[in-house]
Amino acid sequence: MRVLFIILTIFIKSSLALSVEPDEILSDINLEKRAKIIGEQLRCLVCQNEDIQNSNADVAKDLRKLVRKLLNEGKTNKDIITYVHQRYGDFVLFSPPVRLDTIALWLTPLLFIFILFFIFFRKR
Amino acid sequence: MKYFIIVVIFLSTFILFYKGLKNDPKVVPSNLISKDVPNFSLKDFHGKTFTDQDLLYKDIKIVNFFASWCPPCKIEHKHLVNLSKNYDIYGIVKKDELENIKSWFKEKGNPYKKIGFDNDGLTSIEWGVYGLPETFIINKSGQIIYRHVGPITENNINKILNIIDSSL
Repeated sequence: MRVLFIILTIFIKSSLALSVEPDEILSDINLEKRAKIIGEQLRCLVCQNEDIQNSNADVAKDLRKLVRKLLNEGKTNKDIITYVHQRYGDFVLFSPPVRLDTIALWLTPLLFIFILFFIFFRKR
Repeated sequence: MKYFIIVVIFLSTFILFYKGLKNDPKVVPSNLISKDVPNFSLKDFHGKTFTDQDLLYKDIKIVNFFASWCPPCKIEHKHLVNLSKNYDIYGIVKKDELENIKSWFKEKGNPYKKIGFDNDGLTSIEWGVYGLPETFIINKSGQIIYRHVGPITENNINKILNIIDSSL
């Protein structure tokens, strides 16, 4: 059991450490932490269900470098996400903004819950 | 009445999902359509600069992102050579060496009016590029009117020509 735990830990740790390369990591720990938070909110455009922080794709690597460059320039997390969003559109965000054309995305699940509730509970 | 509402909701959701299924998930729509060409400044083939200012004259321009290490770029090259007979094509080379490009052009011809070298990939990000090749059509006012993802082939060249014609 212990051996299995150790193997699993090594496997998980190594898979997490694969993407961000040593030369990308910022010397300022706080900035690097912020880069990780931003990177986890941006979708890799090639692999689609991975964030740029954990993707090995070329475009994800370039975006990680851009995030760190903008952090070094003193930009806020929101500024950086807006910067990337302006260039790649809603697709790059894991949670799309609430707008008139995206409202169905946000409301449909609630609507279904409401309908299910209505069907199963109201009649009794 | 309530069943009617439920049926309408289910039907509209079904239509929405059905339409969504027809979209190609690999093609990300460009966020730069109808916007001005992004700012950039790159070294060109001869060590001079190639900037967004070079794309501001009153004519249709094509901007193509490519590299010699990209096999689909080689597939579309002959179509770019043909297009260059009638239109100005500009190239942005992503992460490639001057020598590789020179030997490629020597063999297959150079369709580009000017070329810029995007060595760090940041200009590609400015244009919202996520893979190679990608081709943009710029109208006379300097706005991006179309972005084509992937190689230009016999199957899609007519679509590109129609878009160019409609914006002339």
